[in-house]
Amino acid sequence: MSAVALTWLVFTRLTEGSGWFGFLVAAYFTFLLLYGLVTADRLGTLVAADRVVTVAVTTGAVVLLTPLIWLVGYVVVKGVAALRPGFFIEDQGGVQATAPATAGGGLHAIIGSLEQVALTLIMTVPLAVATAIFLNETRSWFRRPVRIFVDAMSGLPSIVAGLFIYAVFILPYAQRDIGILDFNGFMAALALTMIMLPTVTRTVEVVLRLVPGGLREASLALGSTRARSVWSVVLPTARTGVTTAVVLGIARAVGETAPLLFTAFGYDLLNTNPFRTQQESLPLFVYRNIQSSSEAAVSRGFTGALVLLTLVLALFGIARFIGRDRTGRQARRRRRIPLPPPGPASPASPIAAVATPPRLPTAVAVRSGADPPSAANREPNAATGFAADPTSEEAPGP
Amino acid sequence: MPVHARPGDAHTARTPRVVVDEPTRVDRIFGVVTAGSGLLVLVLLTLVGLFLLLRSRDAIDESGVSFLTRVEWRTDVVPPEIGVLGLLTGTVLVAVIAVTLAVPLGTCAGLFITDYASGRSRSFLTGLVDLLAAVPSLLYGLWGLRLLSDQIAPLSEWLARNGSWFPPFRAEEGASFTGSMLIAGMVVSLMVLPIIASVTREVFSQTPPGEKEAALALGSTRWGMIRMVVLPYGRGGIIGGSMLGLGRALGETIAVSLLLPQVPELTGRILENGGATIAGFIALRAGSDEFTTSGLMAAGLVLFGITLATNMIASVIISRSRSGVGVEL
Repeated sequence: MSAVALTWLVFTRLTEGSGWFGFLVAAYFTFLLLYGLVTADRLGTLVAADRVVTVAVTTGAVVLLTPLIWLVGYVVVKGVAALRPGFFIEDQGGVQATAPATAGGGLHAIIGSLEQVALTLIMTVPLAVATAIFLNETRSWFRRPVRIFVDAMSGLPSIVAGLFIYAVFILPYAQRDIGILDFNGFMAALALTMIMLPTVTRTVEVVLRLVPGGLREASLALGSTRARSVWSVVLPTARTGVTTAVVLGIARAVGETAPLLFTAFGYDLLNTNPFRTQQESLPLFVYRNIQSSSEAAVSRGFTGALVLLTLVLALFGIARFIGRDRTGRQARRRRRIPLPPPGPASPASPIAAVATPPRLPTAVAVRSGADPPSAANREPNAATGFAADPTSEEAPGP
Repeated sequence: MPVHARPGDAHTARTPRVVVDEPTRVDRIFGVVTAGSGLLVLVLLTLVGLFLLLRSRDAIDESGVSFLTRVEWRTDVVPPEIGVLGLLTGTVLVAVIAVTLAVPLGTCAGLFITDYASGRSRSFLTGLVDLLAAVPSLLYGLWGLRLLSDQIAPLSEWLARNGSWFPPFRAEEGASFTGSMLIAGMVVSLMVLPIIASVTREVFSQTPPGEKEAALALGSTRWGMIRMVVLPYGRGGIIGGSMLGLGRALGETIAVSLLLPQVPELTGRILENGGATIAGFIALRAGSDEFTTSGLMAAGLVLFGITLATNMIASVIISRSRSGVGVEL
């Protein structure tokens, strides 16, 4: 309280400041100072330092929260104004500059966004998963440089990705009128792939690393090839994690604007063919409308922003839901497991159940290609990292 | 059957079993496919540099070394005068402002998540950090342009009036305070914040609990423990995370192109309207004539080089530091 009063005195009277934002910042620092002084006086400097830092650190967390709520609230309030069902079924064809904000719609942008992101997904997911497998499941000397380059590529400015695609595929063929090598949705998807590939690769790699090594060893010990064990053991185990990574990747790709400026270019009409002529997308729609000087266009831009934000938040929610689902089930499973049952021939050892997601043991036994009965027998030991009897595996040596 | 043992070796106790790795055909295909996709990333990045260089030749031939030293960007005069210096200083200034604001806040947020928050709020905040990273930069720009800008302007004005002894805070008489590099830096700092917060959180959470408990057992306060144990342990992560954030801030495009007037100039006055960044400038000039495009390619090449270097240094710092060995960026 005293801080606010003091700030008011210093800030507005002595230095003629104005604006609530500045006031808030100044009040905060005055509060920190006063709080520190008072505590230092009563409890000593050590405690004072501790408390001041506690406040400062808590502020850090609050600062994370505030702009997000502010931003979402602002976009929702501004966007709802011009949101009509028509936004989802019409494009901007025939809309005059003087038309009200509710004229026309963003269907062309939504369709464009969806098509571009779908194309991006088709290209990114196999590549990213293969690269992640390469980084995590093989033992090539070549992994280190690739990892460094993936790291470096994840910091690639998005505008440079767009510029690159433009330089390679569009610029040299500008005058020749080849449908696919011109501004179109596919080029946008290529540029988005460059942005999305490294991020998805790294998330997938982290997920793959979480797969217990014992499972891989068990699969190999059962006689599966390396490819087989990746395909039937590692990937199914990591399935939820990979899905989460992909959904988060989509959320990022949907909102990227910069690479599209040089590739999809934007268009006012509906164009459902992503391989020919320029195409609109949601971010581009927002970007162009928001810079317009007409109030109606700005309002349309905000509606587009609202749709985009909803899409991103929904995708993010889906990703969180998938990610949480697994850990939740695992935790529940863990709670249900009683003390290890006595006797050496326990069918499902607690170690196996805790260390692996629940559905995995059956997956190994059924799909790995080894003879199922013996595989099931050896399972408890396999999960701890060792095969039960190596001799039977090694008998058919060269 | 990837692993075989020679039968003879397996049965003699003295000599250890020799393990021979004989990949099958499927394995070989598998190896080639995965290695190929790994290689693709390498090739792509090299190609980016190569093609930008190739396409920017027109502009570089025309202006030579002065491309790096000239401030103005004028294509309407003959011969055209284009240079990247004005853009470059703007880029660096905005990124530095963003990082100076985001590092203390991001570190605090990381600390709060690891050492102050309790179970439930911890996972909530972790999710929040991810969500902040997922919000498109376009929306940050929109918000900054339409709302935040007007809120910050009075503060800038106040700073200019009372802080003009500090050179960057100087402003001309009657200058406009919206569309300034300070505001752009603030908005970009929000975008950098989640990266720094998640790297520092990751690093802090790996502090050995034994050392923390030892500090607390010796009677230190929580801040004492953080100062003596957590922060020194996480120093590499903080520095690396900041560098990583810097890399992102340098390449930030859309928000900056909305917020700044994008007129290349050599100025240190961050409070008043003005400034341009490479990425924002390129975005604004999309679809220009051939020569301008070639110049944009050259500017893009400069940006590409800078961000690449920053990111590489960042990942080296993080992986070399004591705490960062297992950290995912």
